[in-house]
Amino acid sequence: MSGTPKVAYVRSDMLPEAPPPPGQAGPIKWLRENLFAGWFNSAMTILAIYVVWSVLSGTLPWVFNGIWDAGSLTECREIRNARGLDSAACWAVVNERWLQMLFGFYPTDDPLLARLFYADELAAAGGAEMVFGGGFNATQQVAFISAMKDEISNAAIFFFGYWRPLLALALLVPAIAPVLYSNLPRSLLIFSLIYPFVAFFLLWGGSVWLPTLVALGLLATIMAGRYAAAFVGSLGGFFVSLIVFLAIFMNPLGVVGIDGLFPLLPQLNGELTDAIPLGLPFIASQNFGGFMLAIIIGTSGIVLSLPLGIALALGRQSSMPLIKWVCVSFIEVIRGVPLIVWLFTASTLLNYFLPPGTEFDLLLRVIIMVTLFASAYLAEVVRGGLAALPKGQYEAADSLGLDYWKSMRLIILPQALKISIPGIVNTFIGLFKDTTLVVFIGLRDPLGLTNAIRATSEWNGIYWELYIFVGALFFMFCFFMSRYSMYLERRLRTDHR
Amino acid sequence: MAQADTDIAGTTRIAANVSDEVAIEIHNMNKWYGTFHVLRDIDLTVQRGERIVIAGPSGSGKSTLIRCINALEEHQKGKITVDGTVLSSDLKNVDRIRSEVGMVFQHFNLFPHLTILENCTLAPIWVRKIPKREAEEIAMHFLTKVKIPEQALKYPGQLSGGQQQRVAIARSLCMRPRIMLFDEPTSALDPEMIKEVLDTMVSLAEDGMTMLCVTHEMGFARQVANRVIFMDQGQIVEQNEPEEFFNNPKSERTKLFLSQILGH
Repeated sequence: MSGTPKVAYVRSDMLPEAPPPPGQAGPIKWLRENLFAGWFNSAMTILAIYVVWSVLSGTLPWVFNGIWDAGSLTECREIRNARGLDSAACWAVVNERWLQMLFGFYPTDDPLLARLFYADELAAAGGAEMVFGGGFNATQQVAFISAMKDEISNAAIFFFGYWRPLLALALLVPAIAPVLYSNLPRSLLIFSLIYPFVAFFLLWGGSVWLPTLVALGLLATIMAGRYAAAFVGSLGGFFVSLIVFLAIFMNPLGVVGIDGLFPLLPQLNGELTDAIPLGLPFIASQNFGGFMLAIIIGTSGIVLSLPLGIALALGRQSSMPLIKWVCVSFIEVIRGVPLIVWLFTASTLLNYFLPPGTEFDLLLRVIIMVTLFASAYLAEVVRGGLAALPKGQYEAADSLGLDYWKSMRLIILPQALKISIPGIVNTFIGLFKDTTLVVFIGLRDPLGLTNAIRATSEWNGIYWELYIFVGALFFMFCFFMSRYSMYLERRLRTDHR
Repeated sequence: MAQADTDIAGTTRIAANVSDEVAIEIHNMNKWYGTFHVLRDIDLTVQRGERIVIAGPSGSGKSTLIRCINALEEHQKGKITVDGTVLSSDLKNVDRIRSEVGMVFQHFNLFPHLTILENCTLAPIWVRKIPKREAEEIAMHFLTKVKIPEQALKYPGQLSGGQQQRVAIARSLCMRPRIMLFDEPTSALDPEMIKEVLDTMVSLAEDGMTMLCVTHEMGFARQVANRVIFMDQGQIVEQNEPEEFFNNPKSERTKLFLSQILGH
């Protein structure tokens, strides 16, 4: 061949696509690359398989040989020995006490249960009016109810005895769906706005007029502001709605010593309740407990802390020093102190700061504290998202003539929140699990109830089964949140990087 | 309508259609970044319909100058009047001026979470309060003008750099601005894409838009500009008609700059 390299070259035909050589694609390639690449990798694979097998071979028989039907831990052990098993879970405790784990000491709707499932005995005892309407004394009533509950299955008690919290939970789904999934009609959001009042009425009961009037009062506040804003400008509209709000919910004349005229709400409530007494039996917050408590505190905390967290994050970025300073100190103080300290503050110290005689529901105080705590964390997560946006996005929004609020709402926040989704959901999951801390201030959360169950002579000494049940319940909810966040991230991925 | 004639270099020039009306007046404007004096005693009057190209080495303050015109940057001394409105710290004024002045950025700055169409209709709907349907018609008109109506439902991330920059131009035009500012619109583009953006800008010039462009595209300056401004160290060093500016520069600094960018 000649020594001079050939420079000129022209391809006459383009090469067709060809399949990869054998063993370079498909499951064999995957196995070789991921499990058996080199001797060290292969050894680790075998070791890992051994570890997984030994863990599962230890636990799975315990789980699946579990005993479901027993009245006490001793009975469980007898059954286990009779079957000749080394170890077996005693799921009987869950089988017997799952209603309590879910609802704590929230009362069942006994008259309804009696009418539906215990009608003959109810008639024999003299009818509902006799048993529940004052004819029976307390001892007779308790005896009747416990006899009834022994008769009726747990499933029936679950669906009909606890219909109020169940209905509230079921309605949470349509209330939250239009918020979570944007392809649903926007008009469903109206129900999302009404839902908090419906849920309050179902869970706490009392007169139907109180939540209705609070909702109408808030509506009146907003509408008055909007209507007035058309005539006197947005600042004037704000003051009009403030005055309407004060007249309905507070006593603005109290400072000058005129009482009894305002607020309008309790007066209207009293008159309407007298005229049309509609409602459900009132249930005090002390009776709330179990997993229901975790859901109530968790959901309210999540819903309330997101807007507050966003506001704090924007405030921290504000160019106005006072707003910035207030937000920074709020975030640092709330975040720098453990949640349990704030909960103790809520349960004991807060009373010192409130006017004497103020009845302030403990559950409400806890929800406020959990919300403030989570919002401080959220503010920092959202601030991270805001900081991650290129400066050009702010400039482009500015250069189109969008004012601060419009550019935040339309340009900056949609992108910043999208970036922050993993962090936000992380905070939400943390908040939801932190609700178990309320056990320390005397609320009966699921973990607190495990102690109560262990305190009975039947189940003294049972730990694993109860904790696994509580863990599984929490895992279910947290796993849903995690999956939803991944769905959201996928759906909002429009940058095509 | 603009007529075309041919200059010495052989490029087709677009004749200016300059009116007596003043679009932008900058008087004795100074700007500091901290203690660093970025812009010094800038005096500049732009007539309506004028097309001005601002050139100069990097760090000479050309971008800062046009960013002062729509108040993306604040000036500390002097007076800027845009479209008869004096730029002050009053937010109402600033938002009004910004909605009258379109701006195109080096890095496009499209909104990645919105489709091309939504990018173009957002400001007309929320600032101008135009009904959505009408805003979409306007947007499609300008997307057709920049020759990418078929991309309207895609997201910015799916478009090439040149296409994104043309969308950015269309987005500004949808606000029906009276003045357009261009901040190095082709500097971040591949050579093949520069032409499509410049063509769009030329056709904008043919329509008589008042334009201020910071650019290094000297061919564009020759073809379109009726004034070239050369800046160095925060000051206007030389300004002239393009023909004179390129063929017969007066200042030593301009000569050096031109020899460097036209030298190869």
